[in-house]
Amino acid sequence: MKFKPNTNLLLGSVLCGIILLAALVGAFWTPFDPMKPDFAHRLLAPDATYWLGTDEFGRDALSRIMYGATTSVGISFMTVAMAMFAGTVLGLIAGYARGWVDRIMMCFTDALLAFPGMLLALGLLAVLGANKYGIVVALGIAYMPSVLRLVRGTVLPLREREFVHASRVMGNSEFFIVFRHILPNCFGPMMVLATSMFGWVLLAESSLSFLGLGVPPPAPTWGNMLAGSRPFMTQASWLGIFPGLCISMTLLGINLLGDALQDKLDPYSRGKE
Amino acid sequence: MLRFICARMAMAIPTLLIVGITVFMLIRLIPGDPAALMLGDMADPASLEELRRHLGLDRGLFEQMAIWFGNVFKGDLGVSISTGQPVTPLVLQRFAISAPIVLCAVLFASMVAVPSGMIAAWRQNTLSDTMLVGTATLLLSIPTFWLGLLFLLFFGLHLGWLPVVGYVSPMDDWRGGLMYLIMPITTLFLHEIGVILRMARASTLDVLRLDYVTHARAKGLSEAKVLWCHTFKNAFGPTWTLIGLVLGNLLGGVAVVETVFTIPGLGRLLVDAIFARDYPVIQGCLLFIALIYVLVNLLVDLCYPIFDPRVAVS
Repeated sequence: MKFKPNTNLLLGSVLCGIILLAALVGAFWTPFDPMKPDFAHRLLAPDATYWLGTDEFGRDALSRIMYGATTSVGISFMTVAMAMFAGTVLGLIAGYARGWVDRIMMCFTDALLAFPGMLLALGLLAVLGANKYGIVVALGIAYMPSVLRLVRGTVLPLREREFVHASRVMGNSEFFIVFRHILPNCFGPMMVLATSMFGWVLLAESSLSFLGLGVPPPAPTWGNMLAGSRPFMTQASWLGIFPGLCISMTLLGINLLGDALQDKLDPYSRGKE
Repeated sequence: MLRFICARMAMAIPTLLIVGITVFMLIRLIPGDPAALMLGDMADPASLEELRRHLGLDRGLFEQMAIWFGNVFKGDLGVSISTGQPVTPLVLQRFAISAPIVLCAVLFASMVAVPSGMIAAWRQNTLSDTMLVGTATLLLSIPTFWLGLLFLLFFGLHLGWLPVVGYVSPMDDWRGGLMYLIMPITTLFLHEIGVILRMARASTLDVLRLDYVTHARAKGLSEAKVLWCHTFKNAFGPTWTLIGLVLGNLLGGVAVVETVFTIPGLGRLLVDAIFARDYPVIQGCLLFIALIYVLVNLLVDLCYPIFDPRVAVS
């Protein structure tokens, strides 16, 4: 019995698509105000008006989830973009320049990699303070070394290839060679890493928010909604279910997309057709 | 073999040194005066000066670092600002709570996930492979703090089988204490199955397409023999390394599960210290967890030649 590997791609795209749509819509419109308390409608179970119920302040859970999607997805995008940009620039320099530049950079990279990612983020948050930009910078720095390593590892064999020598003989500048010939060849592995990194960052951001070290309330994120639901678990279990479901759906979608991308780049992992 | 062990251990020393410098510098990076941050805005200049002298902030940076490293080597991580307790025993005491949880979860997860991953790879692209990989991907996608909440909701509140809030050390009351540990361990266990199974499958697939496996099959060996004698040892290496990384990562991320199940572990200590801006405790936790992470990875690498003797030769 054989399964088409494209199910991963399809299911992953659909899940990610739903969340992206929710995040985009949530940025401009939500059914109710996600932050304004409405004490007349506290802790209501899901019904026709409040599709996912209301929380202890009478705020609509669906609106908060949609607005939380904007925050969580936005933070993850910013973090991945920052880590990818910094990691790529430094990785290109380290891999292409070699020598002592490379050695110093790898020394720092190894130092950062000697910490578990989440621990480094916690340590940096202690310094930067728990807010939106603190999270982006902390997680960006924590995940940057893996990009640097990947890009450097891809550049090292590339710079010895004939087409690079040929380009140099033609009189092109080193800057041009790096951007025209080296960088495009790194895009494949970078895409795979960026996809899975998006998942790691989203999970890390939700975990930090859950711990109370994320975006400060009343702004909703999926993590702090889950943390806030804990005292009301007996009365309003729905509050603890839907935000978690959203995180899981997003992560599942990203993991599936990542697998599909991996299969595309490495046909061997798909096995015999 | 001896040379391999010495070389690998020597490699850990600069890493540890850099870890120490990073932890030291991290706290110095805080904008503003640490003493003012610790005492708050209402502090009078005299007590600020006193704390500064106490923290050694009036000395040069290198002198401070030298003193700090000297104390760390003696096992002295300073004194907590909020409680006045010495940090080292505090960290060790909390570690004794977190370590068994993490260790049990990873051990059980490896015992389930490694064979399952091998079976999935062996039956690649069949229904059982799809089911196993699908389950693993699903487990991987459920954040531990949500899974924990669901467990609390179902087994704790709905069925009432397991205690919901609190913690009792199994040392004091092993049966009662164990009841508090079931849910946290199961939560981490399920999550790590996903991680380890996928790795075990991928590395087994890599080995299964090698010539010596084809050769072993051509010799007429049974599939069980091919898998156990020729595939397992060669495929286990990368998974073994991953298990080490997972162990270390869990120590860094265990705060989440400890928060869900209100366990006073090492992760919770770190997070509470961040809230309280108790910098000696933050430094102590960061340094200790990073140290354990480096040591676990060292130990994992030292055990590697047991599965793959080729590593020790080169």
